[in-house]
Amino acid sequence: MSEGPDVSVTPIPPELQGKVTITSLDKIYNWGRRNSVWPMFFGLACCAIEMICTAASRFDLSRFGMEIMRPSPRQADLLIVSGTVTKKMAPQIVRLYDQMAEPKYVLAMGACASGGGPFKEGYNVVPGIDQFIPVDVYVPGCPPTPQALLHGLIHLQHKIDGQSLREVAWYRRETAAEVPLPLLGPDLINPGQAGLLRERAAQASAQGGAASPTLPSS
Amino acid sequence: MTSSPAKTLEQGIEARLGDALAHETRPGYTGYRVEAARLVEAARTLRDDFHYDYLSCVTGVDQLPEGKLEVVYHLFRTQGGGALVLHTLLPRDDPHLPSLVSLFPGAELQEREAYDMYGIRFDGHPDLRRILMWEGFAGWPMRKDWKEAFYEQEGKPFDARWPGGRARRSEDQNPFGSNVEYPPGFTLEGYVPEGEDALYASFGRIEPGGNGSGLRTDRMLINLGPQHPSTHGIFRMVAVLEGETIVDIKPVVGYLHRNHEKIGERNTFLMNMPFTDRLDYINSLSNNFGYALAVEKLMGIRPPERAEYIRVIMAELGRISNHLWFIGFLLNDLGAYFTPALYAIQDRELILDLFEAITGSRMMCNYFRFGGVARDLPEGALERIRELVEERLPHKIDELDEFLSGSEILRGRSIGVGVLPPERAIAFAAAGPVLRASGVAYDVRRAEPYGIYDRFDFDVAVRTHGDVYDRYLIRLDEMRESLKIVRQALRDIPAGEIQTGKATYQVRVPAGESYARVDGPKGELGYYVVSNGKPNPWRYHVRPPSFISLTPLGEMCRGQKIADAVVILGSIDITLGEVDR
Repeated sequence: MSEGPDVSVTPIPPELQGKVTITSLDKIYNWGRRNSVWPMFFGLACCAIEMICTAASRFDLSRFGMEIMRPSPRQADLLIVSGTVTKKMAPQIVRLYDQMAEPKYVLAMGACASGGGPFKEGYNVVPGIDQFIPVDVYVPGCPPTPQALLHGLIHLQHKIDGQSLREVAWYRRETAAEVPLPLLGPDLINPGQAGLLRERAAQASAQGGAASPTLPSS
Repeated sequence: MTSSPAKTLEQGIEARLGDALAHETRPGYTGYRVEAARLVEAARTLRDDFHYDYLSCVTGVDQLPEGKLEVVYHLFRTQGGGALVLHTLLPRDDPHLPSLVSLFPGAELQEREAYDMYGIRFDGHPDLRRILMWEGFAGWPMRKDWKEAFYEQEGKPFDARWPGGRARRSEDQNPFGSNVEYPPGFTLEGYVPEGEDALYASFGRIEPGGNGSGLRTDRMLINLGPQHPSTHGIFRMVAVLEGETIVDIKPVVGYLHRNHEKIGERNTFLMNMPFTDRLDYINSLSNNFGYALAVEKLMGIRPPERAEYIRVIMAELGRISNHLWFIGFLLNDLGAYFTPALYAIQDRELILDLFEAITGSRMMCNYFRFGGVARDLPEGALERIRELVEERLPHKIDELDEFLSGSEILRGRSIGVGVLPPERAIAFAAAGPVLRASGVAYDVRRAEPYGIYDRFDFDVAVRTHGDVYDRYLIRLDEMRESLKIVRQALRDIPAGEIQTGKATYQVRVPAGESYARVDGPKGELGYYVVSNGKPNPWRYHVRPPSFISLTPLGEMCRGQKIADAVVILGSIDITLGEVDR
């Protein structure tokens, strides 16, 4: 090994011997972050009960440094969307996401948060939170057992392990745009679809006020 | 109860109100039909002269084939006995009828719900606004001719899902890629959101106040929730404060409204069973119980003996697990941050393990079937239950009692706080432990026994002060009574069948209406089911106890400190899945 530092030339002081380790900056940075992911203390529905059970003594989230649940989005690193996202609640969840400081992660817990679940067809249900905010980890289940949630959180740790200081979005010069808040109109409005809405309205008036889009019956 | 006093009562009612009430003649229906104009008069007479003082359930039904909307009332007597059902039919184009809030304040939120879902206006209602949906939402969603954006077909199973059918993602068929639809010609330009003006206006003008000591103070309006660590889910309260004192407070719900009833009317009867798990998700077995009873009533069947015992054992274990959770989180609300909750959850986990062994799932048990239960108890389950209820849980309850009940902080924060007097508790149709902590010994297991509850020796837990402390103590009492019931059931459980008839996916339910109620851990949980002989229910309504127990929230909180509002809410024990459905 001729490439490594020449130990015989620069002797390690005795008080540091056996106590120094050399690693990359990414590794130490991610090591700190992965073991202190603070979830937001925020439950939506049934899944929140299993989330609390995961945090309680039997399954014990503190083994992963995640036991500190913060009720304030400003202090949280992870948004666990634990339950059905309704249209009435969607603006609130997007606002909470916007209020979280980077680096931030989103875990969609359970079938409802991932894609609407058993309630997908409901008139007040958003079929998956990823319609509005980016999701890092999806955990299936209805509700997922605490073991399944832990598995998802370990996956999130793997994701954090793979990130590099050089590439992460939150150290870039330009700041990321906020997610625009959905609006509660006659139905839930995604501001990103304003153009599409205008188009449909023009079409409707061209057809003499035909009814809103109808689905084929089978 | 023999039929003769019931008969006398019926004759008495008909003698007094014969001209206002007409016998309901539709096949399978019970009770009376009453004209909208004479509703208040009939309800007042029934309440004052016949002691029908508990208006349990108010709901709308869309009778589309007849071109009518219907409002159904279920009245009970707190002395016990069955329901008196009133039906009022209204024209579809202008449905309105007098509100019963002045007689039964407990109808307030239920009438708002009927307005929100069906567009039925209740004249004289103090605060008729949308409740589950938001102000400005287009349409009355529970009407049969209103179709959701992901609508496929009137009833399940959908043709597209059969072998040979072509199922497609609903998102791919919607122009917006989501389950939304807008009125024709709607654009963002010129759209003014209605916002929450109506909510804030409902408080009236907020006058500047004074605290009586010459200090000029401002009244202030604050929002708690929907994202708040102590609201037990996504629940919101809007409070008007004078300093720290609550002048008025209103619950704002609907943030978890996931269309249980609309989906339930598309589902076949059996498909609804797993959905009921997700109502009160802390305790799914009582939800199963009530729904199974309602449909069994229509089908005219009863489960075999063994299944009856299994049902009671499971439901009572569910009650214990619910109350353990309740006590842990009430203490959380009081500021004992998570320590009591961790101790309570510890033993709840043991019960959940049993549930998992017996039903296959920790929380969403989906265990009851019409005329039985899904599967028999596995080997060794009875011994494990026996060990739990003989050895472990009694000590746990004593431990909680010993460490918490005498705590000076708990007593100081809860004695005399949030008092609900008995006559108000009945008027508000408060349910279960909230009602019984106010000194009203009303327990559906005794007042109108269902299943085999008439065979067990247990006491109805009653406390008399009606404050938060009594609502806490009564949960301890109820857990002890539940243990008694489980012990007796374990002693008497016979061997044998667990299902009446053959277990099928598609049950035949004759046309008619039925209302069945159980005393769940949160109180009277009722299911109103209307069948027209088709594979799916025509109307499926849940009477959610924790939703209705929220009606007196304002009355309990007025004059208290804002920090107590959190505790009072905690003492009602709400589950948002059930409140919003």
